[in-house]
Amino acid sequence: MAKPKVASEFIVERDEEKCITCQVCCRMCSNDVHTYDSETDKVNSDSTKCVGCHFCETFCPTGALIIRRNPSELKLNTNWTARVITEITKQAETGGVLLTGMGCDKPYPVYFDHLLLNASQVTNPSIDPLREPMELRTYLGRKPDHLEIPNYKLQITNELRTTNYKLQTKIYPQLKLETPILFSAMSYGSISLNACKSLARAAEEAGTLYNTGEGGLHKDLYKYGTNTIVQVASGRFGVHKEYLDAGAAIEIKIGQGAKPGIGGHLPGEKVSEEISETRMIPVGTDALSPAPHHDIYSIEDLKQLIFALKEATRYKKPVGVKIAAVHNVAPIASGIVRAGADFVAIDGIRGGTGAAPMVIRDNVGIPIELAIAVVDQRLREEGIRNQASLVAGGGIRNSADVIKAIALGADAVYIATAALVALGCHLCQKCYTGKCNWGIATQDPYLTKRLNPEIGTRRLVNLLRAWSMEIKEMLGGMGINAIESLRGNREQLRGVGLSDSDLKLLGIKPAGEAW
Amino acid sequence: MEKKLIPDKDYRIPSSCGLAGIMSQDGKLFSGEAIIKSIATMHERSNGLGGGFAGYGIYPQFKDFWCFHLLYDNEEAKRTTEEYLKLDYEIEDDEAIPTRKVANVQPRHILWRYFLKPEIYPVRNSRIVTVGTEQYRQNEGTLKISNGVNTDKNEEDFIVETVMYINKQIDGAFVVSSGKNMGIFKGVGYPEDIGRFYRLEEYEGYLWTAHGRFPTNTVGWWGGAHPFGILDWSVVHNGEISSYGINQRYLLNFEYDCTLYTDTEVMAYLFDLLYRKHNLDFEIVAKILSAPFWDEIERMPEKEKEFYLSLRMIYGSALVNGPFAVVVANSTSMVGLNDRIKLRPLVAARKDDFLYLASEESAIREVCPAPDKVWSPKAGEPVIGKLKNKSLL
Repeated sequence: MAKPKVASEFIVERDEEKCITCQVCCRMCSNDVHTYDSETDKVNSDSTKCVGCHFCETFCPTGALIIRRNPSELKLNTNWTARVITEITKQAETGGVLLTGMGCDKPYPVYFDHLLLNASQVTNPSIDPLREPMELRTYLGRKPDHLEIPNYKLQITNELRTTNYKLQTKIYPQLKLETPILFSAMSYGSISLNACKSLARAAEEAGTLYNTGEGGLHKDLYKYGTNTIVQVASGRFGVHKEYLDAGAAIEIKIGQGAKPGIGGHLPGEKVSEEISETRMIPVGTDALSPAPHHDIYSIEDLKQLIFALKEATRYKKPVGVKIAAVHNVAPIASGIVRAGADFVAIDGIRGGTGAAPMVIRDNVGIPIELAIAVVDQRLREEGIRNQASLVAGGGIRNSADVIKAIALGADAVYIATAALVALGCHLCQKCYTGKCNWGIATQDPYLTKRLNPEIGTRRLVNLLRAWSMEIKEMLGGMGINAIESLRGNREQLRGVGLSDSDLKLLGIKPAGEAW
Repeated sequence: MEKKLIPDKDYRIPSSCGLAGIMSQDGKLFSGEAIIKSIATMHERSNGLGGGFAGYGIYPQFKDFWCFHLLYDNEEAKRTTEEYLKLDYEIEDDEAIPTRKVANVQPRHILWRYFLKPEIYPVRNSRIVTVGTEQYRQNEGTLKISNGVNTDKNEEDFIVETVMYINKQIDGAFVVSSGKNMGIFKGVGYPEDIGRFYRLEEYEGYLWTAHGRFPTNTVGWWGGAHPFGILDWSVVHNGEISSYGINQRYLLNFEYDCTLYTDTEVMAYLFDLLYRKHNLDFEIVAKILSAPFWDEIERMPEKEKEFYLSLRMIYGSALVNGPFAVVVANSTSMVGLNDRIKLRPLVAARKDDFLYLASEESAIREVCPAPDKVWSPKAGEPVIGKLKNKSLL
């Protein structure tokens, strides 16, 4: 029979007049799109292999290459789109689950784009962050309800004595962030060591933390321990005493926004000598993370793991729990806080991944904005909001998203996709192939050396600096000079183009309504 | 229009204003004349849409009774409220608050005061009751306070409950103040006219505060003027709180329901929570509401650093952000405080045992021409006056 073929997604256009046949593109493309024909002394391109990472286009010295979406047009159909047809064709061919990388790209509402911020006018002066202090410092961790401080109410004096006070309340371990943005979990294995180094060094320089993901901690990264959150996930790869002791905090990963309810799979071909050593598995074996933790089948089991980890680290560091934002997220978060977690990380449906079944990524979970709003509200209603910090991730694209997430109730945000974009990622969504031309989601030494950790660090630090400055500008405009005065301050948000039930869930008023 | 208590109650309005406070720390009683003169010099800071005063030590003959100042829209509201009060309280005395006719003040309300003692109070909060080996939760029922001498700290919480009930549930009734041996007098007009209207020069107290208002909307309702009062707290406040959204949600955690949508209410509840319930000194309350910057904290000696760090970590949601100058008083103290970058004016002065606070120095000089010391308190530095003569209480 005539077999249908998957149309190539991109067309590689080469301007023959500009092309000098230098073959840089041939050497660069890990997907073998470009090949040199010595007979004709020409470079040919096979568009069917192109993933759209734009690496060749970026580095072509004469600008001869342009990558376009394939303009081939099917008959318009709202239901049977080109994407649907392509997916069916692929599955008919292979009989397999469709894999993908990065976050959900379907056009679900992005609530951040329906939230508007406030600014001061007349009755309340705005504050210029270039002239006045503007504070973004954030502490993550369990906080007591109140402080016990012996008072001097019976003494009469006109002098201030704040220097004499002594705390009687025990303060739990906290994570100090100079800006309320952390790098989210990405394992060594899913990304290259150079990418991990860039994240670790940037976290150190910017006064924040990065997260190891479920990849263990490479020996070269132990020195960044005070800026590291070490993750304990269902596969328990690379988890041992030194690993737990190395980090500033521990995160138990239950779920991930891109694939709630699903485990993980690092193919054996990626398990090199160094990854094998770090993950503590034989070279070349698949690293399979089960869907659930096989010692956590209920909230009380989670409590045991939380306290086992706290015991193991002598209660010296916060232990948090990461979950995907699902329908019942608020009661689940409440249970996690009551189980003893010091912070709860919530990952929304737009959260990224190195590999996930496309059907899961695109159809399971809820947007992070709603999850933040309902979790924060629920924890407040139960009077336990102070017992844990809330870290939100999954589709944070810019400083406006950060500030809106915080106003909705998050203490800080996790970013990963944005960090990778800063390192060159063009969201081709092919992370799972291990052929990342940008040297990020690959272990091929030929490709990973393209990512220079010095430069990577600089770019990540720049990104955090730029976002922090923008956040300060927005805060100052609202007449606020400390981020804690914005946290959960939904009066500074208004919704535009949202339904009544959206507004109610988000706990905000519609745009146009005064105080 | 006249009968509806709508405007201030239903949404938040920013307002600017003038404020003043005078306190004798030795507890010397002086007439309300001084505070009227002081606030009158700052006529330009208000626009005739609200003025008010709080006086402490003004009802020595009733100092053991809770004094409620009520503002009624009509006789029916008065009747309903009195029936409600009689359920839980013994009314020792009650009368119309004496007023005189003043050209610029249009009385709109029935102004009445009560001297009360909670005789019986219902157990509103559920309690665990043990009978034999069984424990069960008791929600309803009444509890008698023995011999009228009540040392139960919950009495104050009960007063708060009563005030919240009346303000929320009884249409046309509003409790202006609810402390012992103190009262709040307020209305729509310039403060000096309101002072004369209430004949404040005829009262004597050891602590007075005053407020002249410049709201950015128009109100016909006298309850919207300041000071704001709950228990023996009175708050006069000049500012707009940008952190309102989180302060109000934080207070809700501790069961304070901000129903009036005023920044002043938030300020009063924060003081009540931190000073009365969390039992913190004013010095510390000030460092929570107007927290020092991280830079300053970094420069402190190690122990102090840890202390302030903890304070900011734990009470971050109580940080009051935005411009404000506030004078908060209770039976034993008067505290003046600015926001952390001093975006509103506040001047302080001391003369002998007297402490003066005002938006402008002129308001102090008017009543105390030669103070021992006049200064402009720094951002976030509280000025605290404490009553030394406890026999007044």
